[in-house]
Amino acid sequence: MIRNLSMGWFARALILGLLAFIIFGPLLNMALWAVTEKWYFPHKLPLEYGFHYWERVFRPTGHAMESLSVSIAIALFTVAACLAVSIPAGYALARRSLPWRSLFLLAFLLPQAFPAVAVYINIGKIFYTIGLNGTILGVVLVHTVHGLVFSVWISTAAFSAIDSELEEAARNIGASGLRTFFTVTLPLAMPGIMASAIFVFLESLDEFTGTFFVGVPDITTLPILLFTASMEGNYQVASITALILLVPSVGFMLFIERFLKSDVLAKVGG
Amino acid sequence: MICLVVPALLLVIALFIYPLAFSLVTAFEREGAWTFANFTKAYDFYSLDIYFTVIIIGISTVLIGMISVAIGGYLTLGENPLAVAILKWLYRWPLFIPFIVAGQLMRTFLAKNGMMNNMFIEAGLLEPLQATSFLDWRGIVITFVWKQTPFVALLVAGAMASLDRSTIEAARNLGAKRLRILLQIVVPQVQQTLSVGLILSFVTMMSVLSVPMMLNAKTPTMLTVDMAFRINSYGDYGVANALGFISYLMTGVVAWVYLRQGVRKGGAP
Repeated sequence: MIRNLSMGWFARALILGLLAFIIFGPLLNMALWAVTEKWYFPHKLPLEYGFHYWERVFRPTGHAMESLSVSIAIALFTVAACLAVSIPAGYALARRSLPWRSLFLLAFLLPQAFPAVAVYINIGKIFYTIGLNGTILGVVLVHTVHGLVFSVWISTAAFSAIDSELEEAARNIGASGLRTFFTVTLPLAMPGIMASAIFVFLESLDEFTGTFFVGVPDITTLPILLFTASMEGNYQVASITALILLVPSVGFMLFIERFLKSDVLAKVGG
Repeated sequence: MICLVVPALLLVIALFIYPLAFSLVTAFEREGAWTFANFTKAYDFYSLDIYFTVIIIGISTVLIGMISVAIGGYLTLGENPLAVAILKWLYRWPLFIPFIVAGQLMRTFLAKNGMMNNMFIEAGLLEPLQATSFLDWRGIVITFVWKQTPFVALLVAGAMASLDRSTIEAARNLGAKRLRILLQIVVPQVQQTLSVGLILSFVTMMSVLSVPMMLNAKTPTMLTVDMAFRINSYGDYGVANALGFISYLMTGVVAWVYLRQGVRKGGAP
């Protein structure tokens, strides 16, 4: 019996250990590269450690700081554009009686339901003829259409989760429709809308393919910088850039349940 | 009310539907005439890459499905609370890590001198001279599975957690083994969720440009890389869009199989 028990533990520990190695091994390998000064074959570990490359990446004239601010600016504009069109759309789509409601909801899923590369190359071509290629606005537009599914679907779910009696109560004591929306409905839907904003922000921050066809070579976001550094064989700069991108991604993974309440989650896509 | 949806809808029409239509038209057009020439050229040049793409994404999808079911199954049926808690904490890490970062991680991890080979050598499983780089089709599959499994597993585990446990308990009381309970009772009930997760992963993998570019800088390669190459090197929109059309077809076939399955079962898709 005891033998059986310890065998079970051994198997469990082995499998979980292997899984941990598969999941964290690549992250650890990258972390090593980020603090490497010198490392070449056949040495298993870096020959010299140091922060020389960090200084190079983060110095005010370095490319990384510029790319970081470009990336954040694009992501913020994208969030603003998505919310500006999604809050009204979500409010309307939360009404189950809206004609063609499921068709509309489906329309916002489309950009994620097709292999994107072929669409992006044509957006690039169209933008080129109207002078949007290589501009911040062009990249923001591409990111916006990709983020719409999150912002529209989640804000629709957030508005659907609101008890309509609260709005009726406000109307009954004489508030106008607009006032009811801004003082009752919108504040109640805010947590869900914020969650969708975070989704859109991250999507934009991490987006590579669209920027590659619409922004390059004029716009260098962090993912583009990472790609270029990696292809040039500069693993230190690539790894440091990857680390910067990892922080918000992992942070969001750890806290997602706090942002997205289950009552809203249950209504997504419904 | 409908006018509130219009601005968002216009964005989708201008920035997705219009370019999509543009792509379809360009695929069948050369020098102003309707033709299949782009497709013949695309097939002559890239038929190997078409098969390569199908095989890579097929293998990845199957592996993602199997591992997700295993993870979800253990989270639902596991009898050891500590192991379940560890697994629950562990499996989700790659969930929001961008593909471009995953590509860079694997570029270092799977290289000839990467941590994976070094660990195998340390463990005595591999002779130093046998160490080879995994930066080829295997690297793409490993990266796709690493990145997409948490997403499908999250959906599947969620669906499994909300199942009615009485059938599971009944089977357990009758002495059924856990693997049998998982495959014969739990999986059939969450099959819908599993299919949706796998189809979404399939489309996502069809759209990724960075991973094959970073991990497999040789032929054969994936269609996304070929499309980028046709555009950046030749400005050849005809062949690039023909390849794009082929990638739409692939996802179309998968979606059609899924919808047909739903109809056959008599339920809504």
